Amino acid sequence: MFDYVWLIPCFPLVGFLINGFLGKRLPKNLVGIIGSAAIGLSFLLSVSIFLQYLKLPAGARPLEKVVYTWMSAGTFQAQVAFLIDPLSLVMLLVVSGVSFIIHVYSAGYMYDDPGYPRYFAYLNLFVFFMLILVGANNFLLMFVGWEGVGLCSYLLIGFWYEKQSASDAGKKAFVVNRIGDFGFLLGIFLIFWTFGSVNFREVFALAAKYPVGSGVITAMTLLLFVGATGKSAQLPLYTWLPDAMEGPTPVSALIHAATMVTAGVYMVARCSALYALAPFSLTVVAAVGVLTAIFSATIGMAQFDIKRVLAYSTVSQLGYMFLACGVGAFISGIFHLMTHAFFKALLFLGAGSVSHGLHGELDMRKMGDLKKHMPITYWTFLIATLAIAGIFPFAGFFSKDEILFHSLVDGNVIFWGLATAAAFITAFYMFRAVFMTFHGESRVDPHVHPHESPPVMTVPLMILAGLSVVGGLVGIPIIKGLHYFHDFLAPAITPVGHEAHYPAAFEVALMVFSMAVAAGGIYLAYRMYLKLPELPTVLAERWPTAYDLIYHKYYVDELYDAAVVEPIKQGSDFLWLGVDDKVVDGAVNGSASLVAWLSAHLRKLETGFVQNYALAVLLGVVLITGYLIGR
Amino acid sequence: MQSLFFILAGVALISGVLVVFQTHPLRSALWLIVNFFAVAGIYLLAHAEFIAAIQVIVYAGAIMVLFLFVIMLLNLRQPEEPARRPHIGQKFLGVVLAAFTALLLIYGFSQAKLPPSRALAPGLGNTESIARSLFTDYLLPFEVTSILLLVAIVGAVVLAKTRLK
Amino acid sequence: MVVPLEYYLGLSVALFALGAVGVLVRRNALVIFMCIEMMLNSVNLAFIGFADHFKGVDGQMFVFFVLTVAAAEVAVGLALIVAIFRNRATVYVDDLNLLKW
Repeated sequence: MFDYVWLIPCFPLVGFLINGFLGKRLPKNLVGIIGSAAIGLSFLLSVSIFLQYLKLPAGARPLEKVVYTWMSAGTFQAQVAFLIDPLSLVMLLVVSGVSFIIHVYSAGYMYDDPGYPRYFAYLNLFVFFMLILVGANNFLLMFVGWEGVGLCSYLLIGFWYEKQSASDAGKKAFVVNRIGDFGFLLGIFLIFWTFGSVNFREVFALAAKYPVGSGVITAMTLLLFVGATGKSAQLPLYTWLPDAMEGPTPVSALIHAATMVTAGVYMVARCSALYALAPFSLTVVAAVGVLTAIFSATIGMAQFDIKRVLAYSTVSQLGYMFLACGVGAFISGIFHLMTHAFFKALLFLGAGSVSHGLHGELDMRKMGDLKKHMPITYWTFLIATLAIAGIFPFAGFFSKDEILFHSLVDGNVIFWGLATAAAFITAFYMFRAVFMTFHGESRVDPHVHPHESPPVMTVPLMILAGLSVVGGLVGIPIIKGLHYFHDFLAPAITPVGHEAHYPAAFEVALMVFSMAVAAGGIYLAYRMYLKLPELPTVLAERWPTAYDLIYHKYYVDELYDAAVVEPIKQGSDFLWLGVDDKVVDGAVNGSASLVAWLSAHLRKLETGFVQNYALAVLLGVVLITGYLIGR
Repeated sequence: MQSLFFILAGVALISGVLVVFQTHPLRSALWLIVNFFAVAGIYLLAHAEFIAAIQVIVYAGAIMVLFLFVIMLLNLRQPEEPARRPHIGQKFLGVVLAAFTALLLIYGFSQAKLPPSRALAPGLGNTESIARSLFTDYLLPFEVTSILLLVAIVGAVVLAKTRLK
Repeated sequence: MVVPLEYYLGLSVALFALGAVGVLVRRNALVIFMCIEMMLNSVNLAFIGFADHFKGVDGQMFVFFVLTVAAAEVAVGLALIVAIFRNRATVYVDDLNLLKW
């Protein structure tokens, strides 16, 4: 079965080709079925490989399966090959599973869109690249997948390309990603230069010989992290993610919640062997992660577009994952990645369901009291919100709690403090969203009649809700025998520092404390948005500057525009008018006019008088004779 | 002998100058004939009797007659001022360059080291020795020359015939 | 009896230079042509001079062929001048400047 691992990305590739080239001529339902079935097959294959893997003796794992050698130059080899180890298996399952659910949902959500076949083609292409990214056994192939998902993200964000804001958002995503990719590429170059190989196993084995704190490894890991910052929307390269909400909602669910943005976390976890040797980089990762977490959480408090709220929440949760990796708890980071995939996808799909029922409305100020119109959507959304807030026993509780725990014991109290504050704010604004959307008085436009979505959309919601409930139970700490997840992943991750053991009571106390914090956030949201709906406006008037700052996202986009975009534009204007026009064109035109000037003067030799020519002949004769005589 | 040479050389030079500077082409042609005769005389002094004879017959007798025919045919009277003048400095440069050529050649000849002259063979320059050389050593050029003359005849006829419309 | 070679060559050079001046200065095509014949003639003289100096017949053979070629050349050249005269009614080379830029 392992020999067929290459089929996992192949199914969506075939789906892309069929839908891409023949999609317009196929009946609509068939397009949706092909798209979803392709991913479904990938998922089934991933599951069967996973089960087979569990049966392998410990010595035989992990495996690498080579498809073919892509390039071979001297001692350097780059292959198209897949690495089957616990980390990649987890990612394959999460990616293919959640993608499948979202594909089924999209079949219903996007049904009325004229670009239906193009949508499924792009979506399948995206999954193809994502599966390559997580399954690759070397940096180069992973980078292929990395770039490919960036491309598909651009295509899908700008799916409704006739809309100026959508195509602008697509470009923004791609360009900001590119900046990160540049760092990533430099990191890969450095790795190749230092180790002579780009294969994961070879590189990590060679790296183990370096001392902890080695400069070159620190440089490598920092460069790789720059790439992760771009792809996973951390400070300072996060600005593309909120704008990416211009794309269709299932796209946001798949790409900007569950899969693509997690690529950065996956990459950092994959390179745990390198990060374990660079404590400085780890601190940077953790610091960036926790700062991003709290920064974007504050922005999320003041947004009215429901998808924007979820976008900032994604950025924030990704910050948590990086915080986990940064303090050495890579497994916790991946655990949170998995649970986040479930509940964030569910949140986005739920938002999509809401907007579908309201015929495209996304502004929460025009919602309210939808609970009775869309019960399934409401209950699944609520479950997801409870999960993200970290309430026992939902999935988010276990993963987030673990991160908070590790940030205190493996990190420092500042990290823990900021992370806990961010958790409070997360609970607050997520429940703000719930209350504004589903509870209270209806502020819905009277012409719009909200209704529940069709089963093709609600069934995926329910599946994801189920996963959000039980998903955390694979990783229950303390109770030995129940933390399957950690045991499974441990061989793939290099531990940082040494394992310390803490009394169980301490862990439990911390858990209770985090729950209390979350509950506090929920209560505050309840007070502000249900009990006293005028309170938010009053507070906004009390502290106008603070409100203004967070409402306008701290003016970061404007800052980037002025500091980066404008100078680049002016630079290229100069290059265009000053260099290209004057220098390059000048040189070309100048040489042409030089030739013209020369010919204008030289042609005067052609007088037409034979005697002038005879004179020239005699002159030549004199010169030649003179030369011969003089010799 | 040398005095004879100088007389003939003087005649040749003077007639040469007159060829160049006479206004009417008819007069130039006649002075050229005088030049050819003088040079033929010098050939006789140089033991080249056959060539001297040929010079008179062909050059002075045929070629110049042809010239005279054409001059008469074109019926030129007084030379008219042409509408255009050649490029400025043409005349001046022409003279200067020609003089320079002469000086250069003189210089070149003076620098050359010539092998000493030899004894005179008895029949040098007479018809028999020319013929002997022509039909043995120079047979190929002789034959080629005949073709050349054929080409010239055909060319001249084609160029000069009147268009019969 | 002996005329030194230098005398022959000196005369030849003088005639050549005179011919060159004529070619470059005169405007009448016929006169130019005659001056060219004079230049050829001067070269013949040089050859005869060398033949006399080296007492060989080869110089005279050369003259023979130069003469023949000159004759052929005159025939064709004069035919050309006649043809040009028919077309342009002029024998002055100044008027023949169609190849001017």
